[in-house]
Amino acid sequence: MTAPRTDAKICGMGHSMKRKEDPRFIRGKGNYVDDVKLPGMLYMDIVRSPYAHAKIKKIDTSKALKIPGVLAVIDGPTLEKYKLHWMPTISADTQMVLPTDEVMYQAQEVCAVIATERYIAADGADAVEVDYEPLPVTVDPLKSIAPGAPVLRKDKKDKKDNLAFHWEAGDKADTERALAAADVVAEQYVYVPRIHVASMETCGCVADFNPAEGKLTVYMTTQAPHAVRTVFALVAGHVGLSEERIRIISPDIGGGFGGKVPVYPGYVIAVAASVVIGKPVKWIEDRMENLQADSFARDYHMKVRLGARKDGTMTALSIKTIADHGYTNASANPMKYPAGLFSICTGSYDLKHAFCEVDAVYTHKPPGGVAYRCSFRVTEAVHAIERVVDVLAQKLKMDPAELRMKNFIAPERFPYKSVLGWEYDSGNYPAALKKAMDIAGYDALRKEQAEKRKKGELMGIGICSFTEIVGAGPSKDFDILGIKMFDSAEIRVHPTGKAIARFGTKSQGQGHETTYAQIVAEELGIPASDVQVEEGDTDTAPYGLGTYASRSTPTSGAAASLAARKIRNKAKAIAAHLLECAEADLDWVPGKFFIKGVPDKAKTIQECAFAAYTNMPQGMEPGLEATHYYDPPNLTFPFGSYICVVDLDRGTGEVKVRRFVAVDDCGNIINPMIVDGQIHGGLAQGVGPALYEEISYDEDGNISGGSFLDYYVPTALECPKWETDKTITPSPHHPFGAKGVGESATVGAPPAIANAVVDALSHLGVTHVDIPVTPEKVWQLLKAKGVAE
Amino acid sequence: MKHRINVTVNGAAQEAEVDSRLLLVHFIREQLRLTGTHIGCDTSHCGVCTVLLDGQPVKSCTVLAVQADGCKVSTVEGLETGGKLHPIQEAFTEKHALQCGYCTPGMLMTCSALLERNKSPSEQEIRQAISGNLCRCTGYLNIVKAVEYAAHKMAGGVS
Repeated sequence: MTAPRTDAKICGMGHSMKRKEDPRFIRGKGNYVDDVKLPGMLYMDIVRSPYAHAKIKKIDTSKALKIPGVLAVIDGPTLEKYKLHWMPTISADTQMVLPTDEVMYQAQEVCAVIATERYIAADGADAVEVDYEPLPVTVDPLKSIAPGAPVLRKDKKDKKDNLAFHWEAGDKADTERALAAADVVAEQYVYVPRIHVASMETCGCVADFNPAEGKLTVYMTTQAPHAVRTVFALVAGHVGLSEERIRIISPDIGGGFGGKVPVYPGYVIAVAASVVIGKPVKWIEDRMENLQADSFARDYHMKVRLGARKDGTMTALSIKTIADHGYTNASANPMKYPAGLFSICTGSYDLKHAFCEVDAVYTHKPPGGVAYRCSFRVTEAVHAIERVVDVLAQKLKMDPAELRMKNFIAPERFPYKSVLGWEYDSGNYPAALKKAMDIAGYDALRKEQAEKRKKGELMGIGICSFTEIVGAGPSKDFDILGIKMFDSAEIRVHPTGKAIARFGTKSQGQGHETTYAQIVAEELGIPASDVQVEEGDTDTAPYGLGTYASRSTPTSGAAASLAARKIRNKAKAIAAHLLECAEADLDWVPGKFFIKGVPDKAKTIQECAFAAYTNMPQGMEPGLEATHYYDPPNLTFPFGSYICVVDLDRGTGEVKVRRFVAVDDCGNIINPMIVDGQIHGGLAQGVGPALYEEISYDEDGNISGGSFLDYYVPTALECPKWETDKTITPSPHHPFGAKGVGESATVGAPPAIANAVVDALSHLGVTHVDIPVTPEKVWQLLKAKGVAE
Repeated sequence: MKHRINVTVNGAAQEAEVDSRLLLVHFIREQLRLTGTHIGCDTSHCGVCTVLLDGQPVKSCTVLAVQADGCKVSTVEGLETGGKLHPIQEAFTEKHALQCGYCTPGMLMTCSALLERNKSPSEQEIRQAISGNLCRCTGYLNIVKAVEYAAHKMAGGVS
């Protein structure tokens, strides 16, 4: 990496600046939503359905209302009076806020109890008696999509099946011809199971309707505060909540990972309660509610076929997917891409023929489709291609690294137009894989594996060479409920040369207060420590679509850069005025303008800022501030190569990740320390779904894994000592060549681990295992192959 | 039923009247308004509510306030003394051992207790010690490094 342009005092891009967020967090002085306590605040607890599908015959609230401190019970019919019992999802489907007739998944909200204290609200919820009539349940999406299956969404007029949508990309007939002509076709059914983000902080809000002002303030765990404000205005405009009277404040967020993008019923019920009662109402999920009722991720059943010539040249890819969306399509996807950016499934390979299709299906489960640390279905796409490439390698008896190297899009072909329509901005895939192989000592590992096999020990080496697609997105193609997916920055430089910068995004741990300050420092030469960053308050921040899909750096980061450049241009005019020269005579180094060839005839950015308020040129608008709304010209395409080494225990079936080498390329880097941290965390969130995490249901729609008793989030003991490195291939279209990094590791790690496990067992004839590769699953395989101890 | 309890919290004596069922974490957060201690699950798996009860890490979501009667409770707010950060606090910043900050207070308490009983823990000992504290952001490596760094500093080493 090239040396930073700025010194340690300015701390622009490339410095591993210590985080500005940390002083409050290490002292326990963060301000998360459950820390908000307002005068007169009430508490809400939710009664949830024990059935996956049932008719609500009666809700008896009499016992609950007799408990001292219980003030009200809000149910579907209450909300129906205000026409607030249904709401739109982000994917323009519809979702119940509270049911008036039937519940459609286990743990669905049935009614809510409002009380003066948290414990009393819980007592009230326990005392509500609901009479249900259980109804038939559809759990399996493959059955749900079959002809003649009972129609789930009876609320939708004329709906005759359970298809939420069908989406496809590519030329089906052409791809089928190419597959038929292939020398060899690797075919694999790949299931990427339903998982949960399980951020350490659950979801919640404090809804505060002030009847005197007619203004609603909601402190809530949202990654997209502005979008939420607009959705609230669209949903509740008819009861007087117009957008200028709604203020969303997203305080410190204890992890989001996509799970805090949707608007959950709990938020809306709390708002309704506050409006009706006229007091602040707090609602905080407990962990079981969080795991059982909040939106899920993944749940893609994929039939993958990859055709190739005998020499290993890949020719054609086809993926047919059944996607389980639960009872409504609440995916947080751009409107034009209901299956997200799944068509990145050709991955890092130069494929001439490809087709993919997704049938999204309703089932009696909570809404799915959260883009869990994944830019809209990229995780599923990468898992499919990276798994099937290994299946092909096994079929061809080729080394999986060699097969990848042979088929990579060559570095000189960028910008590269993929057969499914994306224009990859930049890449150097062989360099990343080679670096990973060098760090891992790939050849030595293969030798070690051969030795171990002779002794009956099971060791596996897995590779994943992923291509991500992030930074949504260009307004011509990308919108959510019609709102284009630009993002924003507003920078104000104060007279004393310090600055405040506000953004339409919202950090949930990514360190925006630090990295955005570094971008401003890079462009203006104002020390990053002098730049205060604010996000998450819709009354003060410029409009933006929020933080998810690795979009903050590609969009708001770019906006910060361009807003700062507007300020620099104005400062230049001021510097010329102060130095009594023409602007053309000035040069810039970070922090000051000087007359060309005369470095000591200079004006610092701070002097220019002071003059902007005290001594501006005649006719110039006073002040020094700028706003930029950035509409990206293209997406960005981070990539990387991961190598995972596993050892399998023949006695227990346990998979031990011994080593994990991750070489990432996210373009130019703002803060190397933070980038490394993002990758570490993403890798751990790859280990989870690869080895442990799954939310599954029995045939009655009962959830398994609905608490941390069953849903196993990896601890420090399951995570290895990550070995990270990078290559740097800047994005040619981003103002400072960055690409975004938040999600690469979560996307890239699971196939590397799955491939390593299969590799450990490949000599026994194993060609595939679905994630999570639990000890039981491995042990059953070992037993079937006669090698279990 | 109400009980009168006496608890020393971060060195300050506190006398309070609490319900039998009040959890220690709610006593700390709601009654004492020390909101640094967080809540992350209901099953004592995640550890974000970890505090020290007479020097031992406990998950305060599964301890009743009345059980703390007569005990010393230490929370994240008590780590800094006389305006000076505890070495483990410094180390967390230095080694980028936190991201969203939600697990951080509990993690800091577990790590500080580890360093009290083991001045020079090995990597495996650190991983074992923090295995009851979940972190969804960091992948744990930088937390391990932070504990090593703090141990080194506490032993009088210079970084």
